[in-house]
Amino acid sequence: MDLLNALVALSNFVLIPAIAYGSQLALGALGVTLIYGILRFSNFAHGDTMAFGTMVTVLFTWWFQSKGITIGPLPTALLALPFGIMGCIILILATDRIIYRFYRVQKAKPVIFVIVSLGVMFIMNGIVRFVIGPNDQRFLDGERFIISVRNFKALTGLQEGLAIKTTQGLTVITAIIVVGVLFYFLNHTRTGKSMRAYSDNEDLALLSGINPDKVVIITWLIVATLATIAGVLYGLDKSFKPFTYFQLLLPIFAAAIVGGLGNPIGAIAGGFTIAFSEVTITYAWKKVAIYVLPEGLKPDGLVQLLSTDYKFAVSFAILLIVLLFKPTGLFSGKSV
Amino acid sequence: MSEIPPQSDSDENYHSLSEQAEAHALAPLSEGDKLTDTSNAFLVGESMSGGYKNGPDILHNCTIAVDPGEIAVIVGPNGAGKSTAMKAMLGMINLSQGIIRLDNENITTLTPQDRVVKGMGFVPQTSNIFTSMTVEENLEMGAFTRRDKISGTMTQVYDLFPVLKDKRYQVAGELSGGQRQQVAVGRALMTQPKVLLLDEPTAGVSPIVMDELFDRIIEVARVGIPILMVEQNARQALEIADKGYVMVQGRNAYSGTGRQLLADTKVRKSFLGG
Repeated sequence: MDLLNALVALSNFVLIPAIAYGSQLALGALGVTLIYGILRFSNFAHGDTMAFGTMVTVLFTWWFQSKGITIGPLPTALLALPFGIMGCIILILATDRIIYRFYRVQKAKPVIFVIVSLGVMFIMNGIVRFVIGPNDQRFLDGERFIISVRNFKALTGLQEGLAIKTTQGLTVITAIIVVGVLFYFLNHTRTGKSMRAYSDNEDLALLSGINPDKVVIITWLIVATLATIAGVLYGLDKSFKPFTYFQLLLPIFAAAIVGGLGNPIGAIAGGFTIAFSEVTITYAWKKVAIYVLPEGLKPDGLVQLLSTDYKFAVSFAILLIVLLFKPTGLFSGKSV
Repeated sequence: MSEIPPQSDSDENYHSLSEQAEAHALAPLSEGDKLTDTSNAFLVGESMSGGYKNGPDILHNCTIAVDPGEIAVIVGPNGAGKSTAMKAMLGMINLSQGIIRLDNENITTLTPQDRVVKGMGFVPQTSNIFTSMTVEENLEMGAFTRRDKISGTMTQVYDLFPVLKDKRYQVAGELSGGQRQQVAVGRALMTQPKVLLLDEPTAGVSPIVMDELFDRIIEVARVGIPILMVEQNARQALEIADKGYVMVQGRNAYSGTGRQLLADTKVRKSFLGG
């Protein structure tokens, strides 16, 4: 029984949150890795792209809520999501047209693109804060839990409770669907294959008659969609605060690099690697330890390796270890 | 002359060669010569001069032509401008002078992509396959511009290169050097080209594989696709060539049928090692 309780506690505090967080990171890292693979630069504005898409979604959610439009137990944000994606697409295509294309025509070096994206990041960051403000925004409504602690305890009679939030379930399901559609697109459609070909060997792709402008536009469309979905899921799960999204850039980049830049499967694996490391290292294991360890070995302290304030250090550490021992990442992306 | 000095032969050799070229019976420079008559040629780059962006001229009044249904080969020492001449015909070089015609149409101002659409299939020397994609996907990408059914052409390619059919779901980057070259040629064939340009197709493959590749290239030519090929393995290439061009320092030095060039003592001495 103790072992079962330990398992439930572990699931409740580590596994489920880490899976949800990992899915959000994976979606973000997929966007980063696609840009790196196809447009060949590290997009520092990705976190703020997520913030912008989420902001538009939040605004539409509030508007729907004020009109009394909801979708039952599910968050209204799901209804607003397509509008958020549209808004994000418009912003990103405009950015590409006005800024990135100028440098693409000049065949600028990747490092120049990185610095340009840094500038774009500050502008997007400014736009978001200007429109919605720097504060925390809540836009979650609908049913809060799929399984609540009280129901779980009543159901199983266990001492420990297990809760699955609606947003967590939603995150995982959405992530699976999005990743499935994305991989089908990349591996089985003509346009998707042409994007992979362009990422693999640009010159040969041009010689094969693949239109680079079309590839670039479709890449941005996918990236905007992924970024908005990742941002909204994260915002529903935690809350929406522009600065947090800027900070998300670090774990997202860590995930993409750990998995291997330019490799979509790597981005997903990297997302979960980072999420699980972050959560397990910053979790206080006392509760689980009490159930599992024999009487004499009960811990006095919290058994927490690192305070949650240092969770970003975990991303950094993993990033360093991977770059030292496997510079192309776990799934052999392009060398950085 | 401000170009890369040739590595394989001494300077002396070149002086004597250019002198000989003027007097030589096989020299292409005399007018009315059958081999310099480019009016029937399917693809021709006529008196091309030019070089890479901002660089010095690499080609000097160089003429290369491929007649329908034949194999033409460009040979010559390192740095002679062989690949550059081929790239010039594809529009990858800034030409200061010269005309490129494909099927009697002037294509001098077209971009490389447009020339591919017009029917020029090109296999570059390096990075000529999509290494992260399967063999079949490589072929599909070759046919990207086509809107009709491609399965027929794919069957033809698989008939020509049976080993590719066995490995069609394998990632192309995992294949051997010879197999990669077959993928590269197969990809170019998928566009249903009217003429095929190969830049050193046998670079870096073993002699046995090289012979096999040459056999395949002859088979492609038999289907009726004219082939222009740059080759380091001059002797083997000239053996299968209907027409050969010997280039030296960006100029035509000799030209003739493959057999003539092989039989010519001066060409043999200078380029084929005796």
